[in-house]
Amino acid sequence: MPKALEAIAALKGKWPGVTDRASLDQPALNVPAADLPGVLRFLKDEQGFDMLADVAGIDWSLSVSPRFTVVYHLLSTTAHDYIRVAADCPNDQAPEVPSAVDLWPGANWHEREAFDMFGIRFTGHPDLRRILMWDGYPHFPLRKDFPLSGVDTDLPDAEVVAETKTNAIAAPMAGGPFVASPGEINMTEAEPRAKDESWNERRPKPGN
Amino acid sequence: MPVEHTFPDSASRNAQGEFETEKMSLSMGPSHPSTHGVLRLQMELDGEIVTKADPVVGYLHRGDEKIAENMTYNQFVPYTDRLDYLAPLANNMAYAIAVEKLAKLEVPPRCQAIRVITAEMARISAHMMGLGAFGIDVGAWTVFLYSFTEREKLYKLFEELTGARFTTSYSRIGGVTRDIPEGWTDRVNAFCDQFLPNLEEILSLLTRNKIFTDRTMGIGVISREDAIGYGLTGPNLRASGVPLDLRKDKPYSGYEQYDFDVAVGTKGDAYDRYMVRGEEMRQSVRIIKQAIAKLPGGKWYAEDARKIFAPPKDKVLSSMEELIQNFMLVTEGPQMPAGEVYFEAENPKGALGFYVVSKGGGVPYRLKIRAPSFCNLSILPKVCVGAMVSDVVSILGSLDFVMGECDR
Repeated sequence: MPKALEAIAALKGKWPGVTDRASLDQPALNVPAADLPGVLRFLKDEQGFDMLADVAGIDWSLSVSPRFTVVYHLLSTTAHDYIRVAADCPNDQAPEVPSAVDLWPGANWHEREAFDMFGIRFTGHPDLRRILMWDGYPHFPLRKDFPLSGVDTDLPDAEVVAETKTNAIAAPMAGGPFVASPGEINMTEAEPRAKDESWNERRPKPGN
Repeated sequence: MPVEHTFPDSASRNAQGEFETEKMSLSMGPSHPSTHGVLRLQMELDGEIVTKADPVVGYLHRGDEKIAENMTYNQFVPYTDRLDYLAPLANNMAYAIAVEKLAKLEVPPRCQAIRVITAEMARISAHMMGLGAFGIDVGAWTVFLYSFTEREKLYKLFEELTGARFTTSYSRIGGVTRDIPEGWTDRVNAFCDQFLPNLEEILSLLTRNKIFTDRTMGIGVISREDAIGYGLTGPNLRASGVPLDLRKDKPYSGYEQYDFDVAVGTKGDAYDRYMVRGEEMRQSVRIIKQAIAKLPGGKWYAEDARKIFAPPKDKVLSSMEELIQNFMLVTEGPQMPAGEVYFEAENPKGALGFYVVSKGGGVPYRLKIRAPSFCNLSILPKVCVGAMVSDVVSILGSLDFVMGECDR
């Protein structure tokens, strides 16, 4: 029996809130956010899932609740087995889950990234700053309501902006998408380019 | 390298009339030759000793994950070249296998073997680059010239196979772009034969070099526990004594058929990381030779991948069915089942992972890239503390990271 299945069997007796999660490959679990530290500690200390491979945030779009999910991928360096642990963030406006930094120091950067991209806060994180975007950036780029083209934003250095009169500007043609939407009846609506042609490289953006 | 100065003056003498010392803050990068790209290190120094190091990453952030959510699975293949741009062939393969897992596709043995050959060639090329740059960092210029000569030979072979030297985009979901050219395997074999003695010569420039050993032995020691705790993978993890190699432990693409050894270090210092990379190249040659010797015949793409793979161009121009298929592939993308998969491949820098969340359709709903360089760099605040400024350069060189992958 693979290590991950053993671990799941052992887990379910201890935490009744833990349920199976649909997955196409490795065993996966849904865990209530409050149980997350206990479940991760149990998996690490007693089941040998000693390496945190990845932490990923997911935004299920504005209309869905719970909107945000945090997914942990754990790897056992001895049994060579993966397990996926997912926790829905209880609050859609201010998503928050407990941090795993005290279990794996490597969780530090992964959680900073999830905070940077989705605005998910990790309680107990020692240093929750942005990591890929600059400090003071006002948006969360991987949220579904953030456009692919980006939005006009002040660059971090006011002096540089004053000198060059440049900011971070959005891409023309709304930056895509570069794929037709299936299900549209009208071909013009479904066409990728028809999405936003109100402004492009030649035609200036309305309002500028 | 901007330096913030504070000069002690008479006011900074304490009651006993001694000078008080102050910590100096030093910003190294983002444009500094030893940071291999655009890494910036904000350090706090007590004399020559680093007391605090805070890496600043993100200067090369392009939003690859956001881009992936807005294009079809096939369209994203060239973006994977630009992750670890020193080993694009290995990235292509990792991405293709992740999506094939989602689509439940089995690629034929010939395709698997071709992918293994190209991935191992990419590993040699990436380690050659890492070795050369490491050599420069610690003052050994010659190594770089030798290793780049070898790398150039590999790039000739890549060009012949894929049409591009650098950004290859060779793997397709469900296969590879095209079959290998005639006589190519012989030229790869010839490369391997001349490479082994050359590799020994290159390594002999460093292995017992007094300056090199002084600057790497006992420097940047990463314990086994720290290596696992920080999620280090690849040669950096194995140098710390953890024999985890996904090619052996979670075999994919037919790696289980090949006989090779996993190099493991004992001390976890910069020298061990160098030694592990050196040995990995010898093992890569072994894998390539075996894969070529028993290269199976047959198709280089999966027959079931018809709905994913672009049909042959002459068929598109002459047959209605292929024309429609081509049109649907370009506009709506290959239709995938809903679900989620996670796949990690053993890349030159470590485990490159793709977490694909699909809601069906031709576009991933979410694509998370687990970048090995990102995890490998997260240990810097720990490993740099207590080191000298010159050791930091050696540590950075030995960790062998790529910012294109770290920042995505």
